Amino acid sequence: MVLLSVRPELGAAGDVLAVEEAPNPWFDPSYVSRNWDTILGYLGEHVRLTVAAVLLGAVIALPLALLARRSRWLAGPVLALSTVVYTIPSLALFAFVLPLTGLSATTVLIGLTAYSLVILVRNFLAGLQGVPPEVREAARGMGLSPAQLFLRVDLPLALPAFMAGLRIATVSTVALVTVGVLVGHGGMGQLITGGLAANEYRAEIVTGALGCVLLALVADLLLAGLERLLTPWARVART
Amino acid sequence: MNDFERAISYLNDPFNWTRRGGILDLLGEHVRVSLAAVAIAMVVALPLGVLLGRARRGSGPVVVLSNVSRAIPTLALLTLFAVSPIGFGDEATALALAIFAVPPILTNTFVGFRGVDADLREAARAMGMSRGQVLRRVEAPLAAPLVLTGIRTATVQVVATATLAALVGGGGLGRLINLGFGQHDYGVMIAGALLVAVLAMGTELLLVAVSWAVTPGPRRLPFRRVPRAAAASGTPELTAAGVPS
Repeated sequence: MVLLSVRPELGAAGDVLAVEEAPNPWFDPSYVSRNWDTILGYLGEHVRLTVAAVLLGAVIALPLALLARRSRWLAGPVLALSTVVYTIPSLALFAFVLPLTGLSATTVLIGLTAYSLVILVRNFLAGLQGVPPEVREAARGMGLSPAQLFLRVDLPLALPAFMAGLRIATVSTVALVTVGVLVGHGGMGQLITGGLAANEYRAEIVTGALGCVLLALVADLLLAGLERLLTPWARVART
Repeated sequence: MNDFERAISYLNDPFNWTRRGGILDLLGEHVRVSLAAVAIAMVVALPLGVLLGRARRGSGPVVVLSNVSRAIPTLALLTLFAVSPIGFGDEATALALAIFAVPPILTNTFVGFRGVDADLREAARAMGMSRGQVLRRVEAPLAAPLVLTGIRTATVQVVATATLAALVGGGGLGRLINLGFGQHDYGVMIAGALLVAVLAMGTELLLVAVSWAVTPGPRRLPFRRVPRAAAASGTPELTAAGVPS
């Protein structure tokens, strides 16, 4: 939910509001421990939305990138369309979807998927175009079917670019989930606006903000680890 | 589609544009805050980027900065600034947005100036140019396309993100979205969303045109460019795009 915090004008110089007298620390461990279940609930929603949006985005982006690689005529519109979606502010995108899906997490999911899709298409396409044509030709000459060509040649060679795209998409999706507070499904963004609503309770706001950043960091590290696992050859080459 | 019709009729009423606190006022506030944010970011990022790029050092921190900034939710920073001693208002918004505008400008300026061929600089020096002349006549024109891309990315991002200020009691066009939502008047909400989207895209097109006109040498429209070179290094989109906001 959304709020406008209206500050009453202070009358005389000596007037102090009760709100401003009360201690309002930037961080409070006891707040975290007292509200652990609530925080975990929001964290869960945050993770669910992020994972779903990135996975859905990847599932849609891969065929699009494969199509766009086939011809220049398709690559142009795909990239232009992705630029357009990229430019639309998230709050506006959620507002467009809202009348169709209402106050549900689906509204947020659709918006997030659109953004992750756009990031992923660009990176997938860049990765696929980075595969040397000679290598693909040689593979075809060796009798690989199109499916084999993709799985055994394109995918391993484009994997670093794919993973880079997934990392960027995941990290920015984690940050974007917070905008879902518009419809009440903003994951840990709910703590941020919740703290603002609760007389600007800083500990809650900071907990939400820190939680988002930490989640993004952990997700990025996990994906980096996954990339290392998936590309053992890069590790050998480096050492 | 009824909500969309109501949005159009809301936009068609001149009174909604011209009254106090109407669309024109909100638009003005939106643009002012965005310009201030970009100006602050440019003052910080351009000199730093030129300095680091010419010295060819500091690529680690620059990349880390742009990655970390991606992880920080704009909403979080806007809220934190609002509850800090800076307080609610356009100053807090502009400052928060400026922080997000620094990484794209810094990264692109850095990469642009770092990418200038060392042989060219040496040749220019050998021809008798002073260091200042080399900077102005050789390095700056060569780095210009990337620098302009950075400024464009940052500006569009700021214009888009300024919408979020409405969620923490700020002004700008986002207020229509927030207001429409709060009053269950989805027509107003969609009208706001349309305005914001059009403003962001208009900014993008305007800046594309500006950088096209300003850039010396062969001209390319940025939409059509596929980040081909980046794919080889495994780090695509380092310079091209900011964060969806």
